[in-house]
Amino acid sequence: MTSNDFFALTPLLILAGSSVLVMLLIAIKLSHRSIQIVSLLLFLISFSSLFHIQKILPYRIEPLLVIDDFSIFIIGLIIFSSLVVNIISYIYFEEKEEGPKEYYVLLFLCSLGACVLATSKHFASLFLGLEILTVGLYALIAYLRGRHHNIEAGIKYLVLAAFSSAFLLFGMALIYFQTGTLEFSAIARSLSQHTLLPPLFLTGFGLMLVGIGFKLAVVPFHMWTADVYQGAPTPVTAFIATASKGGVLAVLVRFFITIDGFRYQTVMFVFISIAIASMIIGNLLALQQKNVKRILAYSSIAHLGYLLVAFIPGGAMSIQAVSFYLAAYFVTTLSAFGVITVLSNKEKDLENINNFKALFWDHPVLACIFSAALLSLAGIPLTAGFIGKFYILAAGMHNGFWALALILVISSVFGLYYYLRIITTMFSGQQNTSPQKSLAHPVFYLISSIVLCALTLLIIWFGIYPSGLMELIEHFQIR
Amino acid sequence: MILVWLIGLLMGGGLLALLLGKWNKTLPRWISLYILVIGFIALISFWFDNYNMISIEPSSSWMVDFQQKWIPSFGISFHLAIDGLSLILLTLTFFLGILAVLCSWKEVTERVGFYHFNLLWILAGISGVFMAMDLFLFYFFWEVMLIPMYFLIGIWGSKNREYAAYKFFIFTQASGLLMFLAILSLYFIHGKASGNYTFNYFELLGTAISPEIVFWLMMGFMIAFVVKLPLVPFHSWLPDAHSEAPTAGSLILAGLLLKTGAYGILRFVLPLFPEAAKELAPWAMFFGVVGIIYGAILAYSQTDLKRLIAYTSVSHMGFVVLGIFAFNALAFQGVVLQLVAHAISTGALFIMAGMLKERLHTREIDQMGGLWLQMPKMGTIATLLAMASLGLPGLGNFVAEFLILLGGFKASVWFTVLATIGLIFSAIYSLRILQKVFLGPTERTESIKDFSKRELAIMAVLTISILWLGLFPQPVIDTAKPMINKLEQLFPASSNNIQPIKPKPRIENNDK
Repeated sequence: MTSNDFFALTPLLILAGSSVLVMLLIAIKLSHRSIQIVSLLLFLISFSSLFHIQKILPYRIEPLLVIDDFSIFIIGLIIFSSLVVNIISYIYFEEKEEGPKEYYVLLFLCSLGACVLATSKHFASLFLGLEILTVGLYALIAYLRGRHHNIEAGIKYLVLAAFSSAFLLFGMALIYFQTGTLEFSAIARSLSQHTLLPPLFLTGFGLMLVGIGFKLAVVPFHMWTADVYQGAPTPVTAFIATASKGGVLAVLVRFFITIDGFRYQTVMFVFISIAIASMIIGNLLALQQKNVKRILAYSSIAHLGYLLVAFIPGGAMSIQAVSFYLAAYFVTTLSAFGVITVLSNKEKDLENINNFKALFWDHPVLACIFSAALLSLAGIPLTAGFIGKFYILAAGMHNGFWALALILVISSVFGLYYYLRIITTMFSGQQNTSPQKSLAHPVFYLISSIVLCALTLLIIWFGIYPSGLMELIEHFQIR
Repeated sequence: MILVWLIGLLMGGGLLALLLGKWNKTLPRWISLYILVIGFIALISFWFDNYNMISIEPSSSWMVDFQQKWIPSFGISFHLAIDGLSLILLTLTFFLGILAVLCSWKEVTERVGFYHFNLLWILAGISGVFMAMDLFLFYFFWEVMLIPMYFLIGIWGSKNREYAAYKFFIFTQASGLLMFLAILSLYFIHGKASGNYTFNYFELLGTAISPEIVFWLMMGFMIAFVVKLPLVPFHSWLPDAHSEAPTAGSLILAGLLLKTGAYGILRFVLPLFPEAAKELAPWAMFFGVVGIIYGAILAYSQTDLKRLIAYTSVSHMGFVVLGIFAFNALAFQGVVLQLVAHAISTGALFIMAGMLKERLHTREIDQMGGLWLQMPKMGTIATLLAMASLGLPGLGNFVAEFLILLGGFKASVWFTVLATIGLIFSAIYSLRILQKVFLGPTERTESIKDFSKRELAIMAVLTISILWLGLFPQPVIDTAKPMINKLEQLFPASSNNIQPIKPKPRIENNDK
């Protein structure tokens, strides 16, 4: 490896190094607070290093990784979401019974895994990244190991993720058997010699899709979602919903555009069915839920369906739409889970919908943030979600996928109902007149609130003036 | 620039009211009132300045045009422009906005800041709808007015408010999304044909669309507009939303939100898809007539005063649809007048229902009766309003409905005859309001206050407006004329064959 290689990998190396550094800091018995602040700084450094490496783009580290605008953008989103998760975690874990320090090590590792996914152009790096991410998540999900739901969620995730990894590996092996290579562009060259899709490749791809579909939690691989979202500690849920899915989706987009899989009708048919099923089933299942975390879980299934609608047409517009929607979705989801985290207390997360009664009058600012996030998820104008949905519809209709666009619209009307239900609950009921309990961690509460306000401003900013973000993603290309 | 200022004023005022509402309960009221009055005066003076231009030179119909890049990569611009029709409806928006603030002066006592924030933002959204000349921007404003209205009904409404708020939101949002799909398709069809991807209304006009698709595109727009209007099979959100909303909410719903639907048909559906609209016309007129009669019958059978008034809106809006799809100048003039007259007369009835509810704490007309004895002033004004609603000559609604029927007669005799029967029903339900609420025996012993000065002022302004519209509607007709002429040119076949009556029914010596 040359020094340029190292330079191009700075953000990833910082993440990897940080996990070791934080481990050492734990060994010398620093307090939770100092570890939290150190990891915050490390995330910030890693994030800012993204701006420095931009001048050498696109950069390839043969044969495993490629660093171009698109992967930098996704890495940026992933690190940003880890950063926010890191900030809101302090209050959440400080009050809990487990020692919270190792949590940060795992968070660094998971972000590293997701970032590797976003840059990989080779099955080996894909699998490595995926496993770093997944193994870290096993521990994170079951972090509060004394609690019933956490353990349940952890085991569920462990069994299903291991299972899906096996599928993924077997699929890769079959593709290797057919093409003789593990690298995306070499696979593309090998495929270009065939006019029809070779059956072995198709089988291999089908098996891989099980693994990828599981990570993305699209129907029919969505069974784990609600339980894991509900059981995992809320900051971890935020991480699963954003960073983990973003990384996987990025590698899917890169793989497909490199091999130009969009010309195969069979494959596209599978994707279209998955997208339709995810949009409809995700939204329908959310309708009757009573638990806000579960509602958000089902809504995330639907949102991944929307993202697939953006992905299916292929081409430049598709990458833009996926990138924009991911950005909007990240910011929105983070602020939604952030509110739940901030409102949670020592014993229980604030997750039952009845607990949200009168939130507008008890915590007006948090309620407004939460409403903005929900409206953005529902795709109402003035929010980022609306422009994102517009982008997706434009991408779909530009290439003649009318039916998909129509189904997206109809299913998002269903979605509207449960988002509105939460908002309605927040302003129903009477104000709580009993004196407010004093806050345990006023400084971190304040910092978290500021971060959430900033996220809300971002949501509204992207909703009103999306040109800036659009110009950034306009030139994304995957070569 | 005045257009941007108007929207900025409303949105900024809303934020200010929200912030100051934490400190003081009366300040948000005064701020909203000032802002609306300033906007109203600005519009009126603008109208006076331009009135000569309109009457002398009706060909150049756009008075102000403001364009600014917004999302250039999609050809979306912040494009506002108004012609006569927009100006009339904008002035109406600010006028009813002032009344909405005044009539909730005593009614709303909780969370005053947030209430006025919502009120002003609804008005901002509505103003935006009346000005936007970029289809993306239009959809944007179309949706912006929904959320604050949802809050207004959901927080300050009466007992069944949450259900009503859901229903309102989901109906309008679902239909709006269909319109959004149609807008996007239009954008891509135009872009692919001309290479110029834009949402600009003026450039999208005259896009050549293949006949199979054009019908579906038009239906996308129509669904959104007829749900708002509402036309009969899509009206079921309206009685709930109107009756559960607070008084100001009902006023704005009936007076302004319904008008955005009619405005949308006039501004977008007819000019963008003239051929398809012609094919749709018989069906639209049919449903319009069904709406007139069905709304009137249901209005008669209601016992809840606000629901009753809500159903009269369905009936009156049937006339609007009938008039629009008659495609001739007379009917279009009638439609514009009907929009204004209905906004004022029905708005006034809703305000009165709100005042009655403040005093009696009920909306059931069975529990009212004989109120004239205690409230002679309100009784007098109610009589006038009921007469306006049933279309008595001399009052605004008569001119409007007469013109619509006259125009409709040229397009379709039978539909017009049926619609005229609707007028008889409207006499029945209007008189029933009077009889049940103000006449008859009374069982109430406690004393009920008549109008306070504030209420009297509101009602006086409304009454004068209705009388003015009934006796001297020419300024409104003149202002809307350029727009109407242009619409008429789109449909030459249905209007050029006979021109028996000049569109000046009773006013010969106007102010030219």
